[in-house]
Amino acid sequence: MPQDGVSAIAQDQTPEGWRSIVSDWSADKQTFHVPWGKAMMWIFLVSDTFIFSCFLVSYMNVRISTTVPWPNASEVFALQAFGVDVPLLLIAIMTFVLITSSGTMAMAVNFGYRRDRARTTALMLFTAGFGAVFVGMQAFEWTKLILEGVRPWENPFGAEQFGASFFMITGFHGMHVSVGVIYLVIVAMKVLRGDYERAGGNYEIVEIAGLYWHFVDLVWVFIFAFFYLW
Amino acid sequence: MATVEEVHEAAELHAQEGEPAAAHGQQHPIRIYFWIWGLLFLFSAFSYLTDFIGDSMLRWGLILLFMFLKAGFIVAIFMHMAWERLALIYAVLGPPLVLLFLIGLMAVEGDYTLLTRIDFFSEPPPIAAPEH
Repeated sequence: MPQDGVSAIAQDQTPEGWRSIVSDWSADKQTFHVPWGKAMMWIFLVSDTFIFSCFLVSYMNVRISTTVPWPNASEVFALQAFGVDVPLLLIAIMTFVLITSSGTMAMAVNFGYRRDRARTTALMLFTAGFGAVFVGMQAFEWTKLILEGVRPWENPFGAEQFGASFFMITGFHGMHVSVGVIYLVIVAMKVLRGDYERAGGNYEIVEIAGLYWHFVDLVWVFIFAFFYLW
Repeated sequence: MATVEEVHEAAELHAQEGEPAAAHGQQHPIRIYFWIWGLLFLFSAFSYLTDFIGDSMLRWGLILLFMFLKAGFIVAIFMHMAWERLALIYAVLGPPLVLLFLIGLMAVEGDYTLLTRIDFFSEPPPIAAPEH
């Protein structure tokens, strides 16, 4: 136990474990020691988690409760490549594209904090490009399924609820990717123009945009597992 | 362009001023991102390969395992959660745990709806003739 007040305060600033939570929440000042934009992005992502969870849970519910067999995803989403039906081929490529975009985004954040504007911009534009490729492949997938007669209320493969779940979940995710592409391009342009140099060389906005992008990738991990593989 | 050393020095200076380094940016070696990138590729490939096992508890278990591994690495490393303070980690990861209740409740509800539907759609049992 520290005897004098000074060392008590000094100790108070770096408590470990649960004590750090208690001291952060009871400090009568800001709780999260991160830039406010980052804290707000995290809180937004928590709320977004609940939205996507609602979709996935309702998908689980209708899939459990239907008496009609559920369409086999690995057949529905199979693609012909070199004359053979490869199950989930497009989905696999989409997954790898999105993971790669997450990797380039993580590196963009890194170069942002080093104030390497050229590399940060290039990596962010790569990320946005991969995102656009992802949305393009999703549009192809939607077109293919719609041409095969999949509708939110019926489809030729099995339970009717398949279409509703598919369009709702992948549509909402695709919308997130599209918004992310626009967001990344805007931030990348501002990085290139040197807007953040004028603000004192603070590139935390790149990390905040990155949080959003990684979240989109994170949601895809769950969609990939539950909707396509299950 | 500031070198890595300069950034680290700046972060240390800020840390000495009493603010956590995290407030001034997450700086980690690029190498770690390449590692995670590779691992995510590997786990995705593995979970894709489970498609050839055929439906079984083993397959679903593996899908869940790779899913949680991927999600964990994305949140911990790419989103830098591993380097944040506990107050933020618990505030972000705590609330979604409540979703486990929702999942459990909706699974029970789905089973109930299924049983009701099976009962409703099946042939009505013949009414036993009253015995005289």
